Amino acid sequence: MIENLTNLLDGFGNIVTPMNLLIALIGVTVGTAVGVLPGIGPAMTVALLLPVTYGMEPAQAFIMFAAIFYGGMYGGSTTSILLNTPGESSSVVTAIEGNKMAKAGRAAQALATAAIGSFVAGTIGTLLLVLVMPMMVSFAIDLGAPDYLAIMVLGFIAVSAVLGASRIRGFASLLLGLVIGLVGIDRVTGQQRLTLDIPQLADGIDVVVIAVGIFAVGEALWVAAHLRRKASEVIPVGQPWLGRNDWRRSWKPWLRGTALGFPFGVMPAGGAEIPTFLSYATEKKLSKHPEEFGKGAIEGVAGPEAANNASAAGTLVPMLALGLPTNATAAVMLAAFQSYGIQPGPLLLERESTLVWTLIASLFVGNLLLLVLNLPLAPAWAKLLQIPRHYLYAGILFFASMGAYAVNAQPFDLFLLLILGALGFGMRRFGLPVLPLIVGVILGPIAERQGRMALQLSGGDLSGLLGGPVSYLIYAAIVVILAWPLLRRYVRRPK
Amino acid sequence: MSSATTTPERRSGRAAARDRAQYGVCAFLALVGVLVLVDAVQIGHATSSNDPIGPRPVPMLLGVLLIVVAAVYALDVTRGGTGEPEGGEDVDLASPIDWRTVLLLVAAFVVNALLIERLGWVISGSLLFFGAAFALGSRRYVLTLAIAIALSLATFYGFAIGLGVNLPAGILQGIL
Repeated sequence: MIENLTNLLDGFGNIVTPMNLLIALIGVTVGTAVGVLPGIGPAMTVALLLPVTYGMEPAQAFIMFAAIFYGGMYGGSTTSILLNTPGESSSVVTAIEGNKMAKAGRAAQALATAAIGSFVAGTIGTLLLVLVMPMMVSFAIDLGAPDYLAIMVLGFIAVSAVLGASRIRGFASLLLGLVIGLVGIDRVTGQQRLTLDIPQLADGIDVVVIAVGIFAVGEALWVAAHLRRKASEVIPVGQPWLGRNDWRRSWKPWLRGTALGFPFGVMPAGGAEIPTFLSYATEKKLSKHPEEFGKGAIEGVAGPEAANNASAAGTLVPMLALGLPTNATAAVMLAAFQSYGIQPGPLLLERESTLVWTLIASLFVGNLLLLVLNLPLAPAWAKLLQIPRHYLYAGILFFASMGAYAVNAQPFDLFLLLILGALGFGMRRFGLPVLPLIVGVILGPIAERQGRMALQLSGGDLSGLLGGPVSYLIYAAIVVILAWPLLRRYVRRPK
Repeated sequence: MSSATTTPERRSGRAAARDRAQYGVCAFLALVGVLVLVDAVQIGHATSSNDPIGPRPVPMLLGVLLIVVAAVYALDVTRGGTGEPEGGEDVDLASPIDWRTVLLLVAAFVVNALLIERLGWVISGSLLFFGAAFALGSRRYVLTLAIAIALSLATFYGFAIGLGVNLPAGILQGIL
């Protein structure tokens, strides 16, 4: 414990250089700006900026990602409050009361409670991350290859079957991701798989190209196909502030939202939607002004926003401790680790201790910068919402092409990017979730390696894949998740 | 992974107008599955004591699973399952897909991919931005072109020269 705090202090020591603080400042500014822009979520932001950070030191790149991570979410809440059309499913709930408040002339208070709530939740969530993550690492460090395989399979099943409306569509997306991850030379035997005799595919498809193709190009093409011709109305906003009464009504929802959000973030199948909805329901029940709900109750913004941010902090626990991403942004950040040649997993904290603690310290710093910077800047951000859409989506394609080309400096990747963009377009058309695909791409090769390692240890005996008590427990959890629709029917019948 | 794992879909109000194009998705998944299987069979058989199963079983498994998922998906569609198209701030799902815009965007994209090495990023990137903005409905040509050139110059100097990102100078080599 003490050791972790010392490490964290060292982490702070690493960022408090003028250069690194500047990077963090750029990160929160860029993160908020693109988060405010409609159509660009935090995952796409990190994906688009991956190539830009190639010239940086890993530590600096992660300072920037951490800043973008929180900045993008902050920007997302601004959009949903002022536009009433949330970009991410996690800010749907914020839009319910937030937009009502804005229409009633209380946009400033809605933005302020969202910003301060995000700060409170982000800070508490990051503190909990410092406490929980090393605990999870010390549990995971003794696990063997079969246990990891089980954890990866749990990750696959969780993102495909639990998050999202349709299981079969989740599995379809996951399998496509796993197949894309298969492309290239098998690391163990040197055999080519699915390379179609194209030499550029021998090293596999770069995960940056995949992330940019699916998130940026796919999204831009999809929006272009359905572009709203009439620009939506932006509610003007002044300086965000909170009156004494607003403070009194906000602080408890902030804390309750944090308490709900963090555990859901840590769970492999948690996500941010469930805790934000739970927080909304809780605040509605506990509020002294239930009649205001549906007409712009400040509690309905404060709670869900805090839950959203705390859940985001929570997702970093499995990402850093196990190498298991549970939301799209964490998945892309994991891809960033890999592009620096850093293997995520329980050994990460041991091998790259400085990097991890610097990343965590920069989460605190980024969070603080966001609050200081964005409360006064909110009116400026609101102006960004009026950017002409043809420039916005042309810009996304422009930066996507630049980033994908920069990875390997070959035009071949641009055609690959277009194919992946078409895939992303098709998935959005048919309601296939994109998260399982990206998780499959990133975790698939790792899962295969763990599985083959397990078989190597057991001398080819298939029982080696099943492992011991820990993996039994995980497989039991998987069975429950898979059988849940049947179980639920059974549980509800007696009523 | 049986049919029991599919949850009943949220059905749209117009159940009659069933989305038959979804069968295309099933066909695509099955096709990918077959492709993966065919490729897996052709992989050289290389096992050793270090690696008892070799590179083949995983693609085999994925190929079979893809075909199974394609079948279950098709079953789901016949039962009336639909995937909800993704919404967003600027997305108007009431309008049909605007293929003209999409194809023009793809064209701008391909032009950039074909010309980037020969003409360099500053020119091909400007064409990409201008073409994409035009496709999306920008009609203030001079302003759009100015923004396009400014953006590609700024990214070239900022990223290629400033941060060492790989971007080709092309025919403007020596001028920039």
